Amino acid sequence: MATIEARGLRKAYGTTIALDGVDLRVEEGRILGLIGPNGAGKTTALNAILGLTSYQGELKVLGLDPWAAREQLMRDVSFIADVAVLPRWIRVSQALDYVAGVHPRFDRAKAEGFLEKTTIKRTSKVRELSKGMVAQLHLALVMAIDAKLLVLDEPTLGLDILFRKQFYDSLLNDYFDRSRTIVVTTHQVEEVQDVLTDLMFIDRGRIALECSMEEFDSRYVEVMVNPEHLAAARALNPIHERPVFGRSVMLFDHVDRQQLATLGEVRRPSIADLFVAVMGNQAGVAQPPSHKATARQGGATT
Amino acid sequence: MNTQSNTVPESSSDSQPIAPAAMSTTRPLYWSVRREVWENRSLYIVPLIVAAVQVFGFAITTIGLADRRRAVLLLDPEHQRAAIEQPYDLAAAMMIFTVFIVGVFYCLDALHGERRDRSILFWKSLPVSDLTTVLSKAIIPLVVLPLIAIAIIVCVQLVMVLETGVVLIFHGMSPATTWAHFPVFQNWLVLLYALAALALWHAPIYGWLLLVSGWVRRATFLWAVLPIIAIQIFERITFGTSYFGAFVKHRLMGFAPDAFDFHGRHNPTIDSLAQLTPGRYLSTPGLWIGLLFAVAFLALTIRLRRYRGPI
Repeated sequence: MATIEARGLRKAYGTTIALDGVDLRVEEGRILGLIGPNGAGKTTALNAILGLTSYQGELKVLGLDPWAAREQLMRDVSFIADVAVLPRWIRVSQALDYVAGVHPRFDRAKAEGFLEKTTIKRTSKVRELSKGMVAQLHLALVMAIDAKLLVLDEPTLGLDILFRKQFYDSLLNDYFDRSRTIVVTTHQVEEVQDVLTDLMFIDRGRIALECSMEEFDSRYVEVMVNPEHLAAARALNPIHERPVFGRSVMLFDHVDRQQLATLGEVRRPSIADLFVAVMGNQAGVAQPPSHKATARQGGATT
Repeated sequence: MNTQSNTVPESSSDSQPIAPAAMSTTRPLYWSVRREVWENRSLYIVPLIVAAVQVFGFAITTIGLADRRRAVLLLDPEHQRAAIEQPYDLAAAMMIFTVFIVGVFYCLDALHGERRDRSILFWKSLPVSDLTTVLSKAIIPLVVLPLIAIAIIVCVQLVMVLETGVVLIFHGMSPATTWAHFPVFQNWLVLLYALAALALWHAPIYGWLLLVSGWVRRATFLWAVLPIIAIQIFERITFGTSYFGAFVKHRLMGFAPDAFDFHGRHNPTIDSLAQLTPGRYLSTPGLWIGLLFAVAFLALTIRLRRYRGPI
């Protein structure tokens, strides 16, 4: 059984279509990154998975219909929305008491252990903590829950670099194992690149790209093309081209690596670059080169 | 009411080792009610402030108490009793009114606050059903506040009896005149009954307020009150009648004539437990119609919370 399985998932708010027939399958033990521009439907998809919103189409999370069985599902699913959802009035000790009281899979000792490593005081109220500490507290609560699926919606929004790094480090080292599944949405794609096992781009309610990270590494190659090979490189149909310091950087899909190496310096593309390439092309921008990117770059240099 | 629980982090260490399967369905409800009391400290702070004012105010009235008591003891027994009992009844009535007001404002914020501060996303990330959540919020005005009221009334009245006793002894009089005319323990039973009857009578009001709190995006108080005023105005203008106004007033105050037997006297006093008429109260259609409305409002509120997210 897949952890998440969706077929034809649809959700409309009035005339705005947030999800437009999404098919999705997330297997156990994967870390899926859901990447998309604002308003692409990421949060709606997560809300549907968490039973926070109704939907059309088929959706099973851990074999349950989230909308009908949110309470039951939440015994096996944890969820961090963004840093601001812990109630501001609650004390750290009360948060521990409450979660221990209502959650059958919460290991209080484990949460206390995580909190020991921070400077968070038990008697503090959430409103007295810094944003980073609130994130640490929420993470400590969630990591102490023996859940099968963890959903993170922009978990590091508004945190500084140190906390962001620490967040994903503890998640990977202290929490993740092959029996858990993590779904994360973020705009900070560079920091999850090495965390993810699977990647999904979502745009205007549809899946724009879906691949595992192994596939990502084998399929996509970025080349900083030597000026004399420009024409030859363009002949290989790069999916995206952008100028960097006067040279052209092209992104290729399914092109032989050996062949590309003769054209210039071969590099591993970042998710952000692929995102720009895929989303830019989807938006109907002529290719290659992407006028959008060129124009922006040109404007910045002049 | 264990108000100390705020400051004692280890208070729940007893709750630690629990097998997942053994978690009963009442545990989330219990912890959700405690959560409400943590969040809404005004639930007990406001009544405590009122109690402090009562005790202090009564202490001031004990100046000249001895002379007044001498005068009172010259009256016939029934008036003696009424005069001696009056400040105690007044204190109790004030406290009941206080917790009603506290309950109204609590309900208006109960399901609105969690949406306003986005914490609803946190609460919904835990395995607590909407049913449990809404019930825990309804339990506050229906059970917790009446219990707070009775506990504080008992304390205030005891302090008042003590204050009176000290003053009377100081003036060489027997404090027993208070006890003789003011049957404290019987009075507390009457109070307990009255608070239970009142909570049931007001249940639809709290249900309505919770529904509004879970429904509207802002201005909960206006949404809760304006429709009621609008209906009254509409009725008055259109039909020239005020049945709806009478209905609302009856819902606010009308429990007493059925819950107690005042022997048709003009100023209602309770002299004996025989005046409590729970049988008659429980067979009042108004009570059951009200409870039906309360259940309907709560069911709607539970249903609504499923659809609700941050605002």
